Amino acid sequence: MTTKPLKLRELAKGEDRFAYGHRMCAGCGAPIVVKQVLMATDYPIIASNATGCLEVSSCIQEYTAWKIPWIHSAFENAAATISGVEAMYRSLVKQGKIDDKQVKFIAFGGDGGTYDIGFQSLSGAMERGHDMMYICYDNGAYMNTGIQRSSATPFGANTTTCPAGDVIPGKLQQRKDLTRIMAAHDIPYVAQASPGNWMDLMKKVQKAFEIKGPKFMNIIAPCNRGWRSRTDDAITLAKLAVNTCYWPLYEIENGVTKITVKPKEKKPLTEFLKPQGRFKHMFAPKNKWMLEQAQGYVDAQWERLQKEAAAGEAEKTPEE
Amino acid sequence: MGKIVAVTGNEACAEALKQINPDVCAAYPITPATDLMQRFAGFVSDGKIDTEMVLVESEHSAMSACIGAAAAGGRVATATSSQGLALMWEMLYIAAGTRLPIIMPLVNRALSAPLNIHGDHSDGMGARDTGWIQIYSENAQEAYDNTIQAFRIAEHLDIRLPAMVCLDGFIVSHSIERVEYIDDADVKNFVGKFKAVNPLLDLDNPKSYGPLILTDMYHEYKRAQHEVMTKVPGIALEVAAEFEKMTGRKYGLFETYRLEDAEIAIVVMSSAAGTTKDIIDQYRDKGVKAGLLKPRMFRPFPYVEIADALKHLKAIAVLDRADSFGGYGPLFSEITGSVMSMDTKPPMINKIFGLGGRDYLPNQAEQVLDELVKIAETGKVETIKEYLGVRE
Repeated sequence: MTTKPLKLRELAKGEDRFAYGHRMCAGCGAPIVVKQVLMATDYPIIASNATGCLEVSSCIQEYTAWKIPWIHSAFENAAATISGVEAMYRSLVKQGKIDDKQVKFIAFGGDGGTYDIGFQSLSGAMERGHDMMYICYDNGAYMNTGIQRSSATPFGANTTTCPAGDVIPGKLQQRKDLTRIMAAHDIPYVAQASPGNWMDLMKKVQKAFEIKGPKFMNIIAPCNRGWRSRTDDAITLAKLAVNTCYWPLYEIENGVTKITVKPKEKKPLTEFLKPQGRFKHMFAPKNKWMLEQAQGYVDAQWERLQKEAAAGEAEKTPEE
Repeated sequence: MGKIVAVTGNEACAEALKQINPDVCAAYPITPATDLMQRFAGFVSDGKIDTEMVLVESEHSAMSACIGAAAAGGRVATATSSQGLALMWEMLYIAAGTRLPIIMPLVNRALSAPLNIHGDHSDGMGARDTGWIQIYSENAQEAYDNTIQAFRIAEHLDIRLPAMVCLDGFIVSHSIERVEYIDDADVKNFVGKFKAVNPLLDLDNPKSYGPLILTDMYHEYKRAQHEVMTKVPGIALEVAAEFEKMTGRKYGLFETYRLEDAEIAIVVMSSAAGTTKDIIDQYRDKGVKAGLLKPRMFRPFPYVEIADALKHLKAIAVLDRADSFGGYGPLFSEITGSVMSMDTKPPMINKIFGLGGRDYLPNQAEQVLDELVKIAETGKVETIKEYLGVRE
């Protein structure tokens, strides 16, 4: 199997393996993520899906948007479920009961199903070393149940379970840095991507599929319902997340960190926050500290990432 | 004929699984089922079988991986006990609702709190409504035989449902008994090749598993699931008949012991039935017409057949090794469900016994039979539900 060229003209000719007609909200980032992932490769793919927006909107009764074999079983177990599928594939190939068709296995989960309730199942599957990729489409809250806070919800955000009230101004904790936690599993490939940078995203998918073993990709997926943003802003916001360094694009391959897309000019975080109603209260004069704290966190994270990437670069350069 | 061995219930179940050689087994250790799975893992490590082990981080993931593996299209087994089954609870419904024939020895153990590792039926009874076939075993031989038969029943093309084979924790799982093994080739031949139905691994015909189905059709799906269950007894009896031909060992939906001409009877499942049979023999020697009915298949429950077997009795005691706090024992409720169809309803009592591994002693069976003799004479029940062998 050769890695297919990432030319728009060629990609447009390919068959959509995630078909139109699904019932995701207009302007949702998640189906864009799924399409880009599936479009990046010609390998046969079998996917599992955690309960969530993507799942409830893509397979309803006798209708399915999935042109690949797909399984949803529950909320917290997309990784365990696909690990079972992968184990069966390995078993049957090993026994000569089926041919090895270089099938690739993906688990799709939202941030709730990945960072929170599905975290144990994900960690276990990664440790067991299944040849699979876990893809988290991170929209930063439990959007399917109506915008409740998750551990991926960014600091300050107004959600239905941490509403910005008179006393408590939204979420007071920073988000869990799951990408780094997955890297700490010492798996061969971990990456962060954004549908706003589709070429980078697809390259990462292609690279991951050439690596045997467990892989993890965290992909930002704007949600206009939960972010209180315009329905035509998903890609703009996905790009702003990258260009403000809120969502840096990087990969950690065999422990070596590399920033894959470095913004030409690091924009202030407020450019990402401002178009989103969930951060509106942070722009009130009394909440200025929140904007400062949010910016401070992003700066510190970005600083650390750059250091890690520099260390990775140094490791690659042979000593004179 | 196979060889005769002295083994524990866990060992016998592990041997059955080895002979069946499932394609995938996902499991997590829990007392008292741990020993079963570690023996099985030993067979895998020694290359005696082809099974891919998925050694997960929890029972929830064990059942999730089993579901993925079964949907992929192959033979799947696991084993668990107690808290493990409780943690699987969500996934048990999904395995059944997705019609996946996963086989699981359930080494019955009490549920926390307080924490207790010993045998009772609380775990299995808690999974009563999950849609799994439940078969209860009296001893190691039955656990072995039931495990082999369970694959045939669950994988039958008219059924395709998961099945748990229950055996009493420690009492059966860890006691060494005489067991007659069937030859490997005969087991293999009996169980046959696995037939995949709508496998995920059929890349040319992609299938979606696990849809969202709301008010317009969910109700119909659930009725269909019940209808499939109603076909299980017929298939189980066919499988049992074939099994008897191969081994000479007879199985039904339940077992009766000296019941035909009995006037009083004890209904009890699993290992306690063995002790009860001994005491019944003693009472028969004294001229008391006592008998026993031991349900083997608890789900689906053979209400009509059991009613037919019990209809001539003057008094019945149902012994439950599990409780429903604020209610009658779960087996008692099923037997009253059976009795409902009778024209004249015999008086019935319910005894809760052996919780958390408390020994079921011969004198407890005697106490129950003595009470039944009195009830048969007077027709009067003083207390319906009581606890046997409780320290006051």
